[in-house]
Amino acid sequence: MRKRRLSLIAGVALAGLTLAGCSPASESTDTANADQVEVFTWWASGSEKVGLDALVGVFNEQYPDVEFNNAAVAGGAGSNAKAALASRLEANNPPDTFQAHAGAELTDYVAAGQLQDLSSFYADNGLNEAFPATLIDQLTSDGKIYSVPSNIHRANVTWVNISVLEDAGIDPTVAPADMDAWIADLQKLKDSGVSTPLSLGTEWTQMQLLENVLIADLGAEDYSGLWDGTTPWDGPGVATAVDHYGQLLDFVNSDYVGLDWDAAMQLVLDGNAGYNVMGDWAEAAFAQAGQTYDTEYTTWATPGTDGIFDFLADSFTLPVGAPHETAAIDWLKTISSADGQKAFNIAKGSIPARTDAVAADYPAYQQTAIKSFSEDTVVSSLAHGAAAPGSWSADLSSAIGKFGSDRDGDALISAMVAAASSALG
Amino acid sequence: MRKGVRNWGPPLLLVSPTIIILGIFVYGLIAANIQVSTTNRHSLSPESDFVGLENYVALLNEDRFLHSLFNLVMFTVVFIAGTMLFGFIWAWMLDKGVSAEGIFRSVYLFPMAISFVASGVVWRWLLNSAEGDRASGLNRIFESLGLGFLQNAWWNEPIWGMAAIAMPAIWQLSGYVMALFLAGFRGVPQELREAARMDGASEWKLYRYVVFPQLSPIALSALIIVSHMSLKVFDLIMSITGSIYQTEVPATYMWVTLTSNDYAKSATIATILLLLASLFIIPYLIQTWRSEKANR
Amino acid sequence: MTVTEEAPPAARPQPASGLRTPKPVRRFTMGRTLKYALLIVFVFVVLIPVYVLIVTSFKPPADVTASTSWGLPVRWPWESVAPGGPTGFDNWTGAWTALAPALGRTFLLAIPAALISSFIGAMNGFVLSRWRFPHADIVFTFILFGMFIPYQAIMTPLVQMKTSLGLPSDISTLLMVHIIYGLPICTLIFRNYYVSIPMELMEASRMDGAGMLRTFASIVLPLSVPGFVVTIIWQFTNAWNDFLFAMFLSDTGGGPVSLALNNLAQGAQLANYGTAMAGALIASLPTLLVYIILGKYFIGGLMSGSVK
Repeated sequence: MRKRRLSLIAGVALAGLTLAGCSPASESTDTANADQVEVFTWWASGSEKVGLDALVGVFNEQYPDVEFNNAAVAGGAGSNAKAALASRLEANNPPDTFQAHAGAELTDYVAAGQLQDLSSFYADNGLNEAFPATLIDQLTSDGKIYSVPSNIHRANVTWVNISVLEDAGIDPTVAPADMDAWIADLQKLKDSGVSTPLSLGTEWTQMQLLENVLIADLGAEDYSGLWDGTTPWDGPGVATAVDHYGQLLDFVNSDYVGLDWDAAMQLVLDGNAGYNVMGDWAEAAFAQAGQTYDTEYTTWATPGTDGIFDFLADSFTLPVGAPHETAAIDWLKTISSADGQKAFNIAKGSIPARTDAVAADYPAYQQTAIKSFSEDTVVSSLAHGAAAPGSWSADLSSAIGKFGSDRDGDALISAMVAAASSALG
Repeated sequence: MRKGVRNWGPPLLLVSPTIIILGIFVYGLIAANIQVSTTNRHSLSPESDFVGLENYVALLNEDRFLHSLFNLVMFTVVFIAGTMLFGFIWAWMLDKGVSAEGIFRSVYLFPMAISFVASGVVWRWLLNSAEGDRASGLNRIFESLGLGFLQNAWWNEPIWGMAAIAMPAIWQLSGYVMALFLAGFRGVPQELREAARMDGASEWKLYRYVVFPQLSPIALSALIIVSHMSLKVFDLIMSITGSIYQTEVPATYMWVTLTSNDYAKSATIATILLLLASLFIIPYLIQTWRSEKANR
Repeated sequence: MTVTEEAPPAARPQPASGLRTPKPVRRFTMGRTLKYALLIVFVFVVLIPVYVLIVTSFKPPADVTASTSWGLPVRWPWESVAPGGPTGFDNWTGAWTALAPALGRTFLLAIPAALISSFIGAMNGFVLSRWRFPHADIVFTFILFGMFIPYQAIMTPLVQMKTSLGLPSDISTLLMVHIIYGLPICTLIFRNYYVSIPMELMEASRMDGAGMLRTFASIVLPLSVPGFVVTIIWQFTNAWNDFLFAMFLSDTGGGPVSLALNNLAQGAQLANYGTAMAGALIASLPTLLVYIILGKYFIGGLMSGSVK
């Protein structure tokens, strides 16, 4: 009797082990099949997945012999994927290509020697002409380019609720000329009874707002200089920006700390706030709420940043040691082609990196963005990995979050100076 | 105890897999962690040099880390006070035997079954900081009950914010402390209580001078368990606020540094956490060992 | 005075329902009424989050507003706000779709982890309390320390070990991890529990010529059921609810339900509270059931432990 119980327990335990061992591995790489490309992204749901599917459709048309192997990792807005990717790269088991934000976020990978230089790819495929010159500048580090952008988002967009502004006697069609003018308008809104003129959310949205203010107060060239050390962080330009940012914080919702960006945007959608500064993926929120451009809402370049396009881009790389390099290059060709970019961006709500895109194909907001991208000066977004590598932006994020609590401008500036010096060495 | 390999060989052999496994996965990995913390590997590149205690010195002088320690202390104090208080009160109330004691006990205990992630989903909403018109969660209920003055920013409060985060933790673990104390209460021999009653002691005096003193070993155990859980708190904070400055504790700071590929710094933070935990654990382990020896 | 060996000491070998609950005295004094009132108030307070979870999970997104936060749903779960729009039930189906694969995987993780670490813990406990060897106390302390360490202290090298060994980011890796780190607590529980088995039984068994394993299998194991109940429940709950190891060592495609739930609640581009709350309920259901059905034995084990 007792022996039976013992063997019963042992049997169940053994069965459990076997069952667990049988669970399928989550990453299936079939290196036997040479004509496949493993594409590693965090586009596992929502409009991003729709975009990826559209891209795959074009890829299958252009390269019918190559099989697409989807290695998307969900969760954490990419942080889970980045963690998984770091493990794979360290174990010398890279995917054929992986998604990353174009720009400085790639610095870590480049420094570790994990990415291949794509300058010749750009030359061979005419990308140096197809992409705007200022974008190529931002993508080039030490004379080399390490990724191919599939889509461009703009981060210096202010979303405006038309009726809230009109009720307070502000003209929603004309953007204020600079920060001071905008702050005056915000005050006007507040005086007219709107308790939250400007809505704001958690740390990265705060970082994005500060970046907009920095661009407005420093201008494109000096702002870009922050990231290579030519513009001092303790200079007068930054001091003005910090001061303006502090003033803006007086007009935001009291529960902004830890509030998701879409919950913050909801205040504008519901008419509880007049403005929100957000990247243009917010377009999806307005579309979903059934609002129409120039009827219920409109957009401007954030006051003071007119003529500047604050870019962030999803892009694809070519890792060193990619198992199927030819197939990976095929994939890169697709995403940089006119058809590929059109399919992807219409589905995802962003705009193509190519200047030969036909604006009429795209919805109303995107048309304004396309026009701006082709005419304006392009600068890199801090909040989205284009301007600064991961650890630098993490340090800044924490300092900005702290500023939200204690409003100590001097502490913020010294923290930013310290972050810059530890990042730039 | 009988001498001879034939007598102690088999038991030692039986427990040796555990010894070896823990030797590697606890002690070995701790050593590996300490080793990484003494290097300067702050990026994806595998090259690193030995830098001694440089990372520790830097961290202990860093405002951000000190702030996270402050948050941790605040959280721990409130968490311990809350669970001990409620656990004790519930156990005391249930000690004398009430009808449906089983139901009360089960209700107080069940939050323990829920994961911090799941409870974070609802507490995030309950502790929402919006006040007045846009209030939801607890603020809204205060408003409707006419207790509007109780509305506050919860975990957004500058100094006391972490006390709000302790609330879900208290909710989940008070039942467990209650079970421990109830065991303690029931463990006081009836004869002792009878004797005290016969000596004319009132119920209150009975509790104060007979029962409570017997509870001190339990209180100590509960204190140790609850405080070591509090040092580890990670899931709850990630689930309620994500990793932001206001609610940063060493454990979440470590997550941030690891995802920024700063291996040395995250190892340093982890080692400091271990040292803090050891302040509690080691005295307790020594005491356990001594009392075991005394009992042989 | 013996220091109480902490969490959760298991019940002595005695009838399962043997809780020494004193009989309630039925005198309705002012004090007793007050006590009952307080107990009931606490019940309500403890159940507030559950109320919120249930009520919100049945509200379609448009109905989840600040002003209606505490109210019961204004419409039936099968009705939508606008025609063709999402309904309350959609929250549940959405949460289920998101969590179902992870749920199955988590059972495959939690059950074997509970069984295996309990069994090994029982053997360890036996050998550290009843069939001892020299310096068993030191070994016990050595093992016990592993229970208290903050797991962050071993996380970085553990992740690197996983990378260099090429272990998959799914529950097979987590199973190993939970078994390993569950050994200390299971050992502790059984060691405390076996203290109540009389040494005479061991002696008698030795005299009959039985060796260690025989004694364990034929005498000790049959008496161990209450101990197993405590360890299995505890380990199952731990493995089911764990988030730290899951986050560092697995991904949402192969990981347990805690990761999937976190992704559901935080990862979506446009948040849906109703779905998140439905998901929280679904993810908590198995452990809740375990506590409801087996809770009596678990509490019994917690309560009538070796407290002196």
